Order: sequence, then structure tokens, then C-alpha cells
Amino acid sequence: MSETPARGAGGAAAETACSHCGLPVPAGLVEPAAEHQFCCSGCRVAYQVIRGAGLEQYYAIRERVDAPSRPALGSGRRYQELDDPAFLELYARATPAGLATIELYLEGVHCAACLWLVERTPMVVPGVASCRLDIGRSLATVIWDPAATQLSEVAAFLDSLGYPAHPYQGVERRDLERRSDRAFLIRIAVAGAVAGNIMLLAFALYGGAFHGIEAEFSRLFRWASLLLSLPSVLWCAGVFYRGAWGSLRTRTIHMDVPISVGILAGFSWGAANTVRGSGEVYFDSVTALVFLLLVGRFVQRRQQRSAARATELLFSLAPSTARLVEGGAVREVPVAALRPGAVVELRAGDSVPADGVVIEGSSTLDLSLLTGEVRPVEVAPGSPAHAGTVNLASRILLEVRSTGEDTRVGRLLRLIEESARRRAPVVQLADRISGWFVGAVLALALATLLIWLRLDPVRAVDHAVALLIVSCPCALGLATPLAVAAAIGHAARRGILIKGGDALELLARRGRMVLDKTGTLTEGRLSVVRWTGDEGLRPVVAAIEAHSSHPVAIALAAGSSLTKENAVADVVSHPGRGMTASWNGRPVLVGSPGFATGMGVEIGGAWQEAIEAAVADGLTPVVAALDGRVAAVAALGDPIRSDARRTLDRIRRMGWTVEVLSGDHPGSVATVMRQLGIERGRGGADPETKAELVREAGATRLVAMAGDGINDAAALAAASVGIGVHGGAEATLAAADVYLARPGLAPIAELLEGSRRTMRVIRRNLAFSLLYNAAAVSLAVAGVMHPALAAVLMPASSITVVLSSYRARTF
Amino acid sequence: MSVVYIALPVALLLALAGVIAFIWAVRSGQLDDLETPGLRIFGDDDAPPPPTPPESKIEE
Repeated sequence: MSETPARGAGGAAAETACSHCGLPVPAGLVEPAAEHQFCCSGCRVAYQVIRGAGLEQYYAIRERVDAPSRPALGSGRRYQELDDPAFLELYARATPAGLATIELYLEGVHCAACLWLVERTPMVVPGVASCRLDIGRSLATVIWDPAATQLSEVAAFLDSLGYPAHPYQGVERRDLERRSDRAFLIRIAVAGAVAGNIMLLAFALYGGAFHGIEAEFSRLFRWASLLLSLPSVLWCAGVFYRGAWGSLRTRTIHMDVPISVGILAGFSWGAANTVRGSGEVYFDSVTALVFLLLVGRFVQRRQQRSAARATELLFSLAPSTARLVEGGAVREVPVAALRPGAVVELRAGDSVPADGVVIEGSSTLDLSLLTGEVRPVEVAPGSPAHAGTVNLASRILLEVRSTGEDTRVGRLLRLIEESARRRAPVVQLADRISGWFVGAVLALALATLLIWLRLDPVRAVDHAVALLIVSCPCALGLATPLAVAAAIGHAARRGILIKGGDALELLARRGRMVLDKTGTLTEGRLSVVRWTGDEGLRPVVAAIEAHSSHPVAIALAAGSSLTKENAVADVVSHPGRGMTASWNGRPVLVGSPGFATGMGVEIGGAWQEAIEAAVADGLTPVVAALDGRVAAVAALGDPIRSDARRTLDRIRRMGWTVEVLSGDHPGSVATVMRQLGIERGRGGADPETKAELVREAGATRLVAMAGDGINDAAALAAASVGIGVHGGAEATLAAADVYLARPGLAPIAELLEGSRRTMRVIRRNLAFSLLYNAAAVSLAVAGVMHPALAAVLMPASSITVVLSSYRARTF
Repeated sequence: MSVVYIALPVALLLALAGVIAFIWAVRSGQLDDLETPGLRIFGDDDAPPPPTPPESKIEE
């Protein structure tokens, strides 16, 4: 059976691999008679869809490219909202041929086999003209005939293959970026062609300078170089003139100023000498400079965008639909179409799309993203529910009160934007240097001019111009962007997405590291921290709790599978209090101590102590009773991440002080601080207070904030550097300068260490290029700088910087 | 009259042709995505390749 992937986890021979995903099939699900085995019904459906559409080659391709991770599973959604005219108007565009096109962000595409499968959509869904995937961005461009098929069918097909589709929200920005990228590439191409051809002419001229050349050819080559350099100097280098002009107007000198001075001085003096027919020309150096600097600038632009793009894609994953109840029927509509007064249905697991009031049903809500509180909150008709929270237990109906910007989350997003605007820009090291650099170069050029006016008036201007050109900071201009680009690239491969060089520069210093508790220092979900009593009862408790989706139940049921030994019957749920069941005919009770007492279970002294100890540690006690007697006490809490202590030590060793700022109860914050040995911190801070505290702290010292929730987002934006932790809310992604795409705290320490190493590389680069400049400038002052020497020195310094940037181990 | 007077313009015309070819490649979107096309060959052996969408160009 060729399509069975030979990648069973662990490689045990007895294990049966799933025909679709290759993971081992649980023993209870193996069907000895069947040809194909599946680990779950999702894989079975995906396999049947792929086989049914005649696309089995997918499995062969996957074998060949040895895809590292398993295929994703579909969500089984119906995507009705994609057919809503309001939605199509928002996201789809018409093509000249009368078809419609849309960009969908696909979850789970990762290899050539996925690419192949997705691009075969037109063969399976009639009415689809084409489906092209950009695998780097996970974006599929679908062109379909609205008269022949509906977009929801396309999306449902992709979903059934295991690629849940989301409308991509950044099309306009992407097109804008693409257009400017293309324009920039053309600029680079012209600058490169000009520089290359002038270099050829310059070879002839330098050869002539050493071995003799007829004046006729010398003049021809100089004029040809002058004409050739016009597009480069006048058009390609315009980027630098605009930057320089802007910086002069705001009275902040940055790198573009010395660059522009060097280019213009070299070109003007070369042009003058060409017309006069005597003296040196520098067209080769000037155009090579423009080309190299444009490449550096391009690298910088790309690097700034790559991480921003990764977060933008995650943005597209936001719940964009709600289930609207209208006249007894339920249909999916875009969240943007919700109006106050509308009634929406929320099933277990759905995010709340808008602020409103529960009108039917009761359930529990997970507020952790909004407030940082781990313990779920009970809601019943009449209770308010906020957008951004998640419905956990059962179906409820919600009457919408406010939507979009008017929700609590919407107000928080406005606060984030405001904080981000107020933040002072970081003056990069290279720009700080360029301030005095410009002054020094201009002073030296003037001095050279004055000295040589005395010594040899004819050659004075030549020497001064030679100085301006050789001191044009090519390597200096490349030093920072290349080092930062290389570091950001390395970091991204380690799951640390950095939006810009500013963050690296700031994190390399020392300051206060403010950490959120829930989801950052801790796992952000309930689990059993302590189990006192009969271990043998644990699988039974797990089997009972598997019948409920309450977070406490999920925590108790985790990590246990159903077998004959722990089969339970007569499970009765007492919402919010506990559950009862029977196991081998014996009554079992699991629930809060109050519930147990109420059901006639007597809690003895030893058990009472275990319960009190749990409460003292900020944990939630759960009593398990067998035959009406307590058999075990479980203590549930939000466990501290296993790498937290080690990481905090590493952060402290970098010279940072560590603090906690949480929205959770001060009691549980204090427990975590005690366990991790953190001295400063506070709990019970609402999102607005968090942002305010961080801003106040930032006034005196550098403050980095790490958090995961919407409640942290405003504080992230207010901090000098905001770090979004893995699994965080979308608002966090928008506000953070760095996003950790890998679970755990260790990436924070890696980030600090990597930033410091990156700054070391930048400093080394700057030192190299200043050294080259100093050497060249002294030669120019001495009047021994020859254009040929300048043409060698400049690329040599740039190559040094390039090598030093890419060879360095930063992350 | 040296051969240089012919060779130089010819060389520059060749360079111009290169630049124009590059601009065409950029404008037709060939440098927008450098990752996916390399993976596309894996599926190309039997089935006909999917049609190229007609509007990969962005209106300038």
C-alpha cells in the first residue's frame, strides 16, 4: 500500500499508522478487516474526500518531499457567511472576464503536497477557474464563476482537505507593498546595470591611467560614464535625497545625509571634470555606492515587513462570523453585520462576537483573554457577556448590546492605537553616529581644501571631493540593516518574530521586564496540580469528568483514556457544583467540598487539611468520594510553566529586573510570585491600569512587557518593547513588537541574549566601516587618494560588513 | 574610427535589453513569490498544470 506513510511516531512495529495523517491509530480504533486505518473520523473524511476526487497522488508527493508535519484536520464548518453579499462586497473582487476572485488564508498548508492538492481545486469543484497558492504566506487566490458555484463550496472543499479557509484581510496593504517592492526592484536593477557598465568603462580608464590611453578614448569613456550615471544619480538615488531632505527639515541628522552629500559631491565634481576635460572622475564609485545602498535599503524594508506580515496573517484567523438567530432560523453572518438588538447563538467553544446580555441558557465563560482571570465565570439569563471571551459549557443565546468599536474590546483597541502613537521613536545607533559623522566629514573636507589651497591650489578641490566620496558611509549604511536582517531571519527560524530593529536595539540594554501572569508565567489553563489520596480512583474520576466540558472537568479528564476498567454509568451533572456516577455499581461523587458535604459526604480532618492547603496556595479543591466516603482530594490550578524559573534566572543574569503585573486575584498572583521568587508585582489590575502603570514605569526606565491577552495589549503598546507570548489574542499581536510563535518562556531569554549579540555585531560592523573610512580619509587628506583606490576600498568595506553580518551567530 | 565606437553602443544596448527584460519580469509578477514555484514541480509530472490566473498584474 504505497500511500501509507511510513512515519509512525516512535517507529514501533506493532503500531498501525493512520492512512491519512501517519500518526499511530489508537488500539481501540483499529479495524483488522479494513484496508485503511484512521486515527479519527476527521482523517477518515479527509481521506475519503481526497480519494473520491481522484487526488491520491497527494500521498505519493508527500512521501517524496518527506513533509515534516502531519496534515491538518478540517473544522467541518459550512462557510455560509462567505456567500453573504455584504461579505463578498468586502473581500471579493471582479475580474475582467466576469469572474470573481478572492484571497483566502489557509491554515495548515506546509509542503509541496499541500500546494499540489490546493491547486487541484478547479478539477474537483466545478465553476472554479483557478486556485493558486502562495505557500510562503499561506494565501490561496481563488478565481471562480459566481454563476456556477458558490464560494462556500470552495471553502468547504478546502476545509474538508484539512485547510480551514479564512478571508484574508490585508489584500489592499499587500497590493500596496507589492507595488512598491516592484518599483524598488526596478530601481535596483537600473542602478546595478549602470554601476556594472560604468565599472567596465572605469577598467579601461584605470588601465589607461597606468599604461597610457589616447585622449580621444579617455574623453569618450568619461562622457559615456557621465551619461550612464545620470539615471542612477538622478532617479535611483532619489530615495536617499528624500530621506536626507526629510531629516534636515526635522533637524535630525541620519544616515541619508552623508550618503547624499557623498553621491552629489562625487557626481558634480566628476561631471565638472568631464566637461573641463581634466581632473579625476568618480562615476564608478558613486554608482556602485547607489547600487549597494539600494540593496541594503531593500533588505531592510523586507526585514521590517516579514514579521509584521506573520502577525497580520494570524489576524485573519479572528472569528469573522456569528450565528444570527432570526425568526427561529440560525444563519452565519459576518460579525460586521451584527447590530444592537440582534440575537446570536453561541455554542460551546464559540467566541463571543459582541458585547451583550445572555437571554437564554446558562453556561460558563472563559474571560482569561479579556481579564487574565483563569477561573471561568458562570453566566445565566441577565448576565452580561463581553466580546473576546469564550463560551465554554453549553449553548446560550445572547442579545447584542454594542458591536465593533463600542465594545469593551473595541475601546481597548483604541487605547492600544493611542499608546502606540504616543511612543517616542528610537534613534538607532547608526543614526546617532551619523550626526557627528557628518560634522566630522564636512570639517575634514574643509580642512583638506584649505590646506591644499596653500600647498597646491589646482589639486585642492580634487582632494576635498575625494575625501567626501571615500567617506560616504556605504558600509556604515549597510552595517545596521544587514545585521538586523540576518538576526531577524535567524530569530524567525527559532519561532521569535521581531517586527523591527528598534526592538533589538532596546532589548540589548537593561531595564525592567514586566510579565503577565496568566498564560505567560503560567500555562493559562486549569490542570491538576496536586492529587492527595487514592491514585487508583484517578482514571475513574477522569472517565466521569469526560462527560462535561467545564474547565475543571477538562482538567480532571486530561491525559486519561477510556478502558473497560474505568467504565462508568449513570453520570449526572450538577452544573457548577459537581458530578455523580456509578462505577462497578459503587456510587462515585466528584465535586466541590460544599457539594460533597451537601450530598452527605463527611469530610474528615486529614482531608479538611488537604482542602485548606489547596485554598491557601490559591488552588481550587475538588473532592472525590467513593461509597459516600472521601477517597481523594485534587487541587486544581494554573500551573507555572516548567521553564519559568530557569528563564527568569537567565533574564536576571542579563541585568533585567523581573516584575509581575496581572489582572488575576492578588492572592493567586502572590502565590506565583512566592514560588518563582519574584519580589515586585501586583494583581487585580484592569487593562487600563496595566497600561497606565507601564507608561509611568517607562518614564524613568526602559520597560519591556510580555503578555498574551487582550488585557495586556494596551500595556504592550505602552511599553518600550511589547512581547506577545505564544497563544495570545490577536490584539496582542497587533500591539507587540515581538511575537513568540513558540510556547514557553525560554524564547524571552533567547530574545534578550540574541538582541545583545546582534548589537555586538552592529557595533563591530560600525567599527569596521569607520576604520575603513578613517584610512581612506587620511589618504585623501594626504592627497594620495586615487579614484582606483577609492573604487577598491569601498566595496571591500561593504563586503566585510556583509560577511560579518551573515556569519555571526545571533539567534 | 575605432571599433570602440561600435562596441560601446552595442554593449550599452545589450545592457538596456537586460534591464528591460528584468523590468518585464518584475512587472509580470515573477519576483513576487520566490518560494512556491520551486515546489510546484513536485506535482507536475502527469496532470496538466493549473491555468495561470489572467490577472497577476496589479494595475499601476
